Amino acid sequence: KRRKSRERKMCSGGTLSILRSDSYADLSQYRDQHFRGTRYEQERLLRKSCTLYVGNLSFYTTEEQIHELFGKSGDVKKIIMGLDKVKKTACGFCFVEYYARGDAENAMRYINGTRLDDRIIRTDWDAGFKEGRQYGRGRSGGQVRDEYRQDYDAGRGGYGKTVQCQ
Amino acid sequence: EIGQPHKRRRTSEPSEIEERLESLICRVGEKSTSSLESNLEGLAGVLEADLPNYKSKILRILCTVARLLPEKLTIYTTLVGLLNARNYNFGGEFVEAMTRQLKECLKVNMYSEAEYLVRFLSDLVNCHVIAAPSMVAMFENFVSVTQEEDVPQVRCDWYVFAFLSSLPWVGKELYEKKDAEIDRLLSHTESYLKRRQKIHIPMLQVWTADKPHPQEEASRLYLLYTYLDCLWAQIQKLKKDRWQERHILRPYLAFDSILCEALQHNLPPFTPPPHTEDSAYPMPRVIFRMFDYTDDPEGPVMPGSHSVERFVIEENLHCIIKSHWKERKTCAAQLLSYPGNNKIPLNYHIVEVIFAELFQLPSPPHIEVMYTALLIELCKLQPGSLPQVLAQATEMLYMRLDTMNTTCIDRFINWFSHHLSNFQFRWSWEDWSDCLTQDLEKPKSKFVREVLEKCMRLSYHQRIIDIVPPSFSVLSPANPVCIYKYGEESNRSLPGYTVALCLTIAIKNKASNDEIFNILKDVPNPNQDDDDDEGFTFNPLKIEVFVQTLLHLAAKSFSHSFSALAKFHEIFKALAESDEGKLHVLRVVYEVWKNHPQMITVLVDKMIRTQIVDCAAVANWIFSSELAHDFTRFYVWEILHSTIRKMNKHVLKIHRELEETKERLARQHKRRDSDDDDDDDDRSSDREDGPLEEQIERLQEKVESAQSEQKNLFLVIFQRFIMLLTEHLVRCETGGIDIFTPWYKSCIERLQQIFLQHHQIIQQYMVTLENLLFTAELDHHILAVFQQFCALQA
Repeated sequence: KRRKSRERKMCSGGTLSILRSDSYADLSQYRDQHFRGTRYEQERLLRKSCTLYVGNLSFYTTEEQIHELFGKSGDVKKIIMGLDKVKKTACGFCFVEYYARGDAENAMRYINGTRLDDRIIRTDWDAGFKEGRQYGRGRSGGQVRDEYRQDYDAGRGGYGKTVQCQ
Repeated sequence: EIGQPHKRRRTSEPSEIEERLESLICRVGEKSTSSLESNLEGLAGVLEADLPNYKSKILRILCTVARLLPEKLTIYTTLVGLLNARNYNFGGEFVEAMTRQLKECLKVNMYSEAEYLVRFLSDLVNCHVIAAPSMVAMFENFVSVTQEEDVPQVRCDWYVFAFLSSLPWVGKELYEKKDAEIDRLLSHTESYLKRRQKIHIPMLQVWTADKPHPQEEASRLYLLYTYLDCLWAQIQKLKKDRWQERHILRPYLAFDSILCEALQHNLPPFTPPPHTEDSAYPMPRVIFRMFDYTDDPEGPVMPGSHSVERFVIEENLHCIIKSHWKERKTCAAQLLSYPGNNKIPLNYHIVEVIFAELFQLPSPPHIEVMYTALLIELCKLQPGSLPQVLAQATEMLYMRLDTMNTTCIDRFINWFSHHLSNFQFRWSWEDWSDCLTQDLEKPKSKFVREVLEKCMRLSYHQRIIDIVPPSFSVLSPANPVCIYKYGEESNRSLPGYTVALCLTIAIKNKASNDEIFNILKDVPNPNQDDDDDEGFTFNPLKIEVFVQTLLHLAAKSFSHSFSALAKFHEIFKALAESDEGKLHVLRVVYEVWKNHPQMITVLVDKMIRTQIVDCAAVANWIFSSELAHDFTRFYVWEILHSTIRKMNKHVLKIHRELEETKERLARQHKRRDSDDDDDDDDRSSDREDGPLEEQIERLQEKVESAQSEQKNLFLVIFQRFIMLLTEHLVRCETGGIDIFTPWYKSCIERLQQIFLQHHQIIQQYMVTLENLLFTAELDHHILAVFQQFCALQA
């Protein structure tokens, strides 16, 4: 068996860099500022993670819908809905954990940037769920992006919080 | 902050030069301000200059592009031709390296790569690198594989295919030099194809035929040929056309004056590696076509299905997908920039090739969701033309649902619903009103129902009601609400009603498991007059009350239900200890959630993973009379295949654990042997081994028990299929009715699907299947499925 794998390596002689390209599954530039640990440690976890952060969800998107969509790239282990810290209602993000990293990679390649509930959703690698991370970090309880945005988004509570308070 | 250590960089490090060379070589042929010919000439000059220092790297890169970028075949053969003209020795070394690479690929079962290498070598004849007679000699060795005895047919198939598929590129040149030999090879090929058995074909067809022979309609071609038969027809036509082939881009023609001055090399004699037990040849494939020249009346004419152009275009498009499947935007762009854009209806070819892959049996080359994402990217890049072609394709597939293989219909349902969810579910449903007048079991109405159900899963019930015309409400999915039998006051006379009420209150008050057990003790057992002391023999009513109540309380979301399963795991395990208990739990889950198949699916999955039920129980439940009404519904088969996959993964996982532990022991032995001293304390070294050896023994047992459970699962499934199908056949025969009902077609194709989807594992059970289940006494309709499966890798 070992001889076969050596043969395979010899034969493939490595692949070409243009065919190695896997930009959808690469780490993004984003790093969670609240991560407890070094940047190095964080990236190590991101590179072996089976968990994805999913953003730009509608407040009305359900766990069931997320399960159906993300189930297309493999067996989903767990979904944790993002909640408004105050209201404890959905606030437009979630975590999706797979049993196998390969399945999460396929989600990054084929589900990221497509639509759920008519909205283009975004997925990114997550270092792993920890209690407390299911809550929005915005001052009003939802996500930070909903604090300051100026546009009207019917699926995300209408205007941004600062606009609403004006 | 501690970051990653930085690498010291020097300019012009060897690896950087290699990267540059690789980049130069890979990029040639891409969009450029200069012509392809001048780029090739320039690159040949650069490489020639680098040969003294980087020959082995250049050799390796060129061998790699030959293997991995087949869609640019003729660009690279031209490059090699130019290099050979400038440096004869390099040409010779390249040919040798390629031959070695080909042999290695065949030895490790890399047949796609081998196919591309053979094609590359044959095109090198056109570039005056390889002498035609030596190429013919290689093909003679390929075709003589068909004379080998006791080898699988798939082996001969591959070697014949490798020969035939090179002819579009090199047929003309070889025939001009060695017509008698080529004619002989073609004649041998023809007689092989005639005597080749084709029992397995029906299993792999996307569309079934009414008659057992391949048929063609006047303007529509639903070819039932294998890939090989179709290619044979194309080569015959090519020969008739005196090997004139006009589609392939041949950059070497522009360099003819230089290349014909070059000295050629002889291919070293090549003997195909012998067949071994480890050889695993590609599965036979059936050609898939949906379009012909009538489908795009405005645009360029689509090459006929027996034309070699069709073969070349399809091959190249498949290769592009194979190269760029991870990068959907790049893949879409590369497909759309396929040369010859204005001479062929490229959008039609692309859509056809994508569906060919999506519907390929047993499995698509890539994960299904990739094709959805790819088609969306293509629609974005060609918003004025591609969506229309896609709509046309969808319409055509819909019209042929009656004869479409059930597995392919599954994939069509998944693709179409997911696609629609990206386009606000916009579709001209009224165009499909014909399905409303049909019986609900007919393929078209079934298809629409399943699509709407999947669409609902990606959105919500009211949305689906809103997007279809009112006439389609009969096909709309049920509102996915839970059915709690103890919910209404009017049901208070039901046995167990009071216990259910009690249980509800207790659970809401966060009662402990012991308290729950106590409450359940009060449930009488309809099966026996007196409970035994512990009251935990199979008591269906107890299961009913508990499971109904709990699922009802946890109905709010998947997470709620999963928490409930976890919290009351102990109780579930106790109630479902026996096989009948497991079956009954599944029955109750179905009763509660029959309006919400998605919930049933995730609950069954969780219950298997937490060992509340086992895989065999799920299989038995699926074939039980309670589920007969839903037997042909898509979700049921998703559950069964998911169950089998979990079983398979479980076996693999334990097997891996065993292998890893064995390796650890081997390493330990090696360590001890290497620092060996004469006065070794034998007892202490045994003690070190002890725990590992014990672990290995335990894991060995675990593997055997898992494998036995896996085998049992398949046997249960096959047995139940046989019972069900036999019942149907007997009933039809005694009643004098036609056996080919929609139910029967669906059922027999589901049986085929089990064989195809899990063929590698089922191969292990051939003897048992032959002797125990698929015996000669079986109805020949059922036996035929087994025989087709046997023929697949024979």
